[in-house]
Amino acid sequence: MTYRWFSITLAGAAILGALPAFAQTEKAWTAPRTPDGHPDLQGIWTNKTITPLERPKDLGTKAFFTPEEAKAYTQTTLERNNKDNRGGGVRDVLNAYNAFWWDSGTKVLRNMRTSIITDPPDGRIPPLTPHRQAQLQEQAEAVKVRCQRPGCAITNGGQPGPADKAEDLDLMTRCISFGTVVPMLPSAYNNDYQIVQAPGVVAIDTEMVHEVRRIPTDGSPHLPSNVREWIGDPRGHWDGDTLVVDSTNFTGQTRVRGADENLHLIERFTRVGPDTLLYQFTVDDPTAFTKPWSGEIPMGKTDGLLYEYACHEGNIGMKDIIAAAQADEKKAAGQPAGK
Amino acid sequence: MRNLLRASRFTLGSVTCAALLTAIPALGQAPASNRPDLTGIWQALNTANWDLQTHAAEPGPDPAIGAMGAVPPGPGVVEGGEIPYLPAAAATRNQNFKNRWSADPEIKCYMPGVPRATYMPYPFQIVQGSDTILISYEFADAVRLVNMKNAGSAPADSWMGWSAGHWDGNTLVVDVTSQNDQTWFDRAGDFHSDALHVVERYTPLDANILMYEATIEDPKVFSRPWKISMPLYRHVEKNAQLMEFKCIPFSEDVLYGNSGKEAAR
Repeated sequence: MTYRWFSITLAGAAILGALPAFAQTEKAWTAPRTPDGHPDLQGIWTNKTITPLERPKDLGTKAFFTPEEAKAYTQTTLERNNKDNRGGGVRDVLNAYNAFWWDSGTKVLRNMRTSIITDPPDGRIPPLTPHRQAQLQEQAEAVKVRCQRPGCAITNGGQPGPADKAEDLDLMTRCISFGTVVPMLPSAYNNDYQIVQAPGVVAIDTEMVHEVRRIPTDGSPHLPSNVREWIGDPRGHWDGDTLVVDSTNFTGQTRVRGADENLHLIERFTRVGPDTLLYQFTVDDPTAFTKPWSGEIPMGKTDGLLYEYACHEGNIGMKDIIAAAQADEKKAAGQPAGK
Repeated sequence: MRNLLRASRFTLGSVTCAALLTAIPALGQAPASNRPDLTGIWQALNTANWDLQTHAAEPGPDPAIGAMGAVPPGPGVVEGGEIPYLPAAAATRNQNFKNRWSADPEIKCYMPGVPRATYMPYPFQIVQGSDTILISYEFADAVRLVNMKNAGSAPADSWMGWSAGHWDGNTLVVDVTSQNDQTWFDRAGDFHSDALHVVERYTPLDANILMYEATIEDPKVFSRPWKISMPLYRHVEKNAQLMEFKCIPFSEDVLYGNSGKEAAR
């Protein structure tokens, strides 16, 4: 408990101290207000970027690109990411959509940072605790042993995993969550979020598999700790012109880069310009990470609308993945595969 | 001359438009600040999700759970009592009714479409923003963004359709188009085609009750437009909130089958 308080205070201080240069230059600008007097965060925002979550190791403690460096990084990244370059192997089959289908952006973050992560200073996720490392290692071993037998398939992560029943497949394959919500991190496409605001509530609709966050700002307490939700239980409050969202009650299964069910996510949303919503987050999970880590993304306004992404309703692949794994098992057991 | 005529016609058109625009407030439309705020958590309190039409109690699909699984009776929510099916569509509805315990898309955790999302036995939350009214449904995490400005037209059909809203006095009117033909209206097999057009009206009766009306039009399935109506009640409990009901895990056994078992259906 003491540890938790200490770490949150530290993380908060880190965020405050790091108000980015681009925000300061737009200081003269004041955010529009909703009728109840709070900053108006409404609009359609995108976090698509080619800036990585973690800083490439060869950049060391270099936190910002110069314009020339940004240009060079952009060029090499776009070339590397070009999905029309086909190299063969499993990646030529798995997720092998052409470049047309991807929409992960063509630009680095407008704050010129070399990583989304701002703290620790090396821009990388801190090591897992020995306890969490052992736990994940044990799970990985169990999968390895399990997959010496039939009934496994190559999963989205590119590794074999059990596939003969739905609950063994990852949340993305099952269309439950793509991990783009807590925290709100960019992905390969659909990086659009719409914020709608009313007195006592802020709603964030995520285009990726229509995950909706309904954030009460009425001072109500978190759900009791026995209730766990895939995207956690968010509670918001206004800290000056910033919406602060505090989420707990996670399942531990959404795998926020190794986080477990004790994940405590703190997010800050600030309008810093007519077209910029500054998104800052701190991942605090003392049982999973050796220290908290923070990041920020200046999200840009977009002109388009959000569209419905009905993932589960069209998840034909699931049926085939499971049927194939079950057929493999039957075949190995000497039974006719059947239908 | 023709050009001149065209020009003058154009001018006339513009004048008419301008006259209409200024006339709107005179038609009784409240200014923006006086509009009712529908923000809140709402729920229907009826058996429309079982069957829109008047229906008696009957046994449910699973005798093992006894009375808990029975279908509750209901006086119905259809104005005039009956849904005006075209003859061929009536046959399809009867077929759906026979297959309802396996064919209802609710079983599969598919987004329920409009108006069914409104009267499923789950709460939904309205967040009334400035240009957009977001409606978040607990069931399947379904969501609609009701565009109050320029909705344009839908680029493609979808499960929850395309919602364009406007105010008619104190009533929020939502015009819903471009729904696909995959959703049902209830567990009794009432259905529609992709030609479905729904006009919803949300009218506050007092601070905690909305009167909900939906006019349903689908010339491929019904002989004329028809209407359902029901009150929606505000959740006034202190701890009222939509909780997470991502129902995909509950549908997977039925949809995909589990280890060693064939798909159940």
